[in-house]
Amino acid sequence: MLRTEEMLLNVGPQHPSTHGVFRLVIKIEGEIIKEATPVIGYLHRGTEKLAENLQYTQIIPYTDRMDYLAAMTNNYVLCHAVETMANITVPDRAEYLRVITMELGRIASHLVWWGTYLLDLGATSPFLYAFREREMIINLLNELCGARLTFNYMRVGGVKWDAPDGWLEKVAEFIPYMREQLHGYHQLVTGNEIFLNRVKGVGTYTREEAIAYSLSGANLRCTGVKRDLRKDEPYSIYNRFSFGVPTREAGDAWSRYECRMEEIEESLKILEQAVAQFPSDGPILAKVPKIIKPPKGEAFIRIESPRGEIGCYIASDGKKEPYRLKFRRPSFYNLQILPKLLEGENMANLIAILGAIDIVLGEVDG
Amino acid sequence: MMQELLQSAPSWTKVGIFFGLAVLFLFVVLGFVTFAILSERKIMGFMQMRIGPNQVGGSWGLLQTVADVLKLLLKEDTIPKKADRPLYILAPVLAFAPAFMVLATLPFTNQFQFADIGVGLLYYIAISGITTIGVVTAGWASNNKYSLMGGMRAAAQMISYEVPLVMSLVGVVLLAGSLNLREIVAAQEDIWFIFLQPVGFIVFFIAAIAELNRVPFDLPEAESELVAGFHVEYSGFRWAFFMLAEYVYMFAMAALTTLLFLGGWHSLPFLDFIPGAVSFALKFSVVIYVLIWIRVSFPRLRADQLMEFAWKVLLPIALANIFLTALLKELF
Repeated sequence: MLRTEEMLLNVGPQHPSTHGVFRLVIKIEGEIIKEATPVIGYLHRGTEKLAENLQYTQIIPYTDRMDYLAAMTNNYVLCHAVETMANITVPDRAEYLRVITMELGRIASHLVWWGTYLLDLGATSPFLYAFREREMIINLLNELCGARLTFNYMRVGGVKWDAPDGWLEKVAEFIPYMREQLHGYHQLVTGNEIFLNRVKGVGTYTREEAIAYSLSGANLRCTGVKRDLRKDEPYSIYNRFSFGVPTREAGDAWSRYECRMEEIEESLKILEQAVAQFPSDGPILAKVPKIIKPPKGEAFIRIESPRGEIGCYIASDGKKEPYRLKFRRPSFYNLQILPKLLEGENMANLIAILGAIDIVLGEVDG
Repeated sequence: MMQELLQSAPSWTKVGIFFGLAVLFLFVVLGFVTFAILSERKIMGFMQMRIGPNQVGGSWGLLQTVADVLKLLLKEDTIPKKADRPLYILAPVLAFAPAFMVLATLPFTNQFQFADIGVGLLYYIAISGITTIGVVTAGWASNNKYSLMGGMRAAAQMISYEVPLVMSLVGVVLLAGSLNLREIVAAQEDIWFIFLQPVGFIVFFIAAIAELNRVPFDLPEAESELVAGFHVEYSGFRWAFFMLAEYVYMFAMAALTTLLFLGGWHSLPFLDFIPGAVSFALKFSVVIYVLIWIRVSFPRLRADQLMEFAWKVLLPIALANIFLTALLKELF
């Protein structure tokens, strides 16, 4: 007798396109996905629990390991939360250094996304081009803080290291170079008919769904919601720069792609202004006691990371360690919509949809 | 030359010569595979701003592929417990034997051809279809879900692309008035068929890439989706056989493109002094380069889009091309 059977397939945790140790159990009929169940936690390290036994400065290296593609924003969200609680004013020069490093990190993160997404879709070259540019950013950050990925650069009240001689000039040189390369990227990929066919109309959701699922970042902006915390709730010194918030209406993988590519350009604009306005001298670290003891109370700070809204909640009982620390990790929230999007799609679209969400497993698993 | 050997009175010497030539040719093909892989890696490296192999065999990495093959031969031959053992062993053979069989009919120069059969083109297409059976068998016998999906994709892809491939060639056959590859090349003495059949050439080239399972049509392997597709479970020399088949097909398909559309051993009119073999090799290398170039540039199509493209775009174009060719041939 002829009949078809549903097949249970484990995609991951070892799979080339799950971007780390993400596992997806899918029920498929032929190549059509009937049901998808994400399984996470393979990279769980218990950052939040560990933090309860650490002094505030000691927690900073742990944040590097959450979203390891844009560690600067993680550094910042923790420091900013503590600063808010302890009422510390950060010197101007430190704020500029923070913004420059965060925006460089944002560009690097989007570049990794761009390269790996195209790799997922079967194109090998963009990955290498993207990593060439990312390497330059990493070298810049390396020069600043001696690490390529886990920077541990920011401190409560400022930053650890001042910019070495000639560093700002190098950043300034990088901006036009990156613009030129971006043009090349668009030439290679953006107009490609096969690529457009793969991403247009794939993984579509509406504005209401995006809000209901608590999506943020490009995943939200692709549905037409103009929400960027750098603009809406300006933190640090973002209100001193003029930049746009790219949005699209369609809510598909293609609009997410377009948003991210434009975000790189906007970040370059911020960098340009930040380098031009950079204060010639001044302290890079506020006068902060050796052991920071924020007053009793709680604070929640959220900022715009490359992946969305990253938040940090601190409950302090006045000791040198936090009573409770909680991160709102955007990748984790953005991933929630995945099972819904995958229903009825095929294997090839699974990769296109998962890739377009832009997750970092270190952040999903905490 | 071959024809005379085949048709003259049989003797052991002649069998020996024939055998010797076949072995020589086998070495040529294997040499091609070795250096095609190397040049693919080098050219891809150049296009992607990498260096490529540069350790084994001098700074050009000339012996890299040899070392890779040696390593593959030394690897443990694993067969999954739940695999269909006889089929699992048979599949690589099924995939690679036809790859060598098709080479017999290809005339590389005016003289050098093993079997000058009347329906050479048809023979090529028919035999090359067998490889897909090997791929499907491999996908099924591995008893792996990813392999199965890869195998099924390969089957669907072959059915979709064989049709426009054959249809695109009808124009060439109409113009040449023969299915014999030598006569097709002979008909291009004045003008190559790429100029008379531009539409046919484009359809043929796209379908040929799909036949070769190369980017952007590498769905049966689809590394990022199906891990490695039909050969997920294969390792060592069995895996090497699949790769060998793939590259021999690349050789055969590039040769066929040269023969059918680029005038085979004919040079351009003002470059008559170039020997046929060199002329053939040059055109052949250009085709290979374009294949590698395409691999570097494109993302992968989706399975359903691939079917749509084959049936709704390529096939109608190919059919229209046949009609137009027949009409023009009748009128002029």
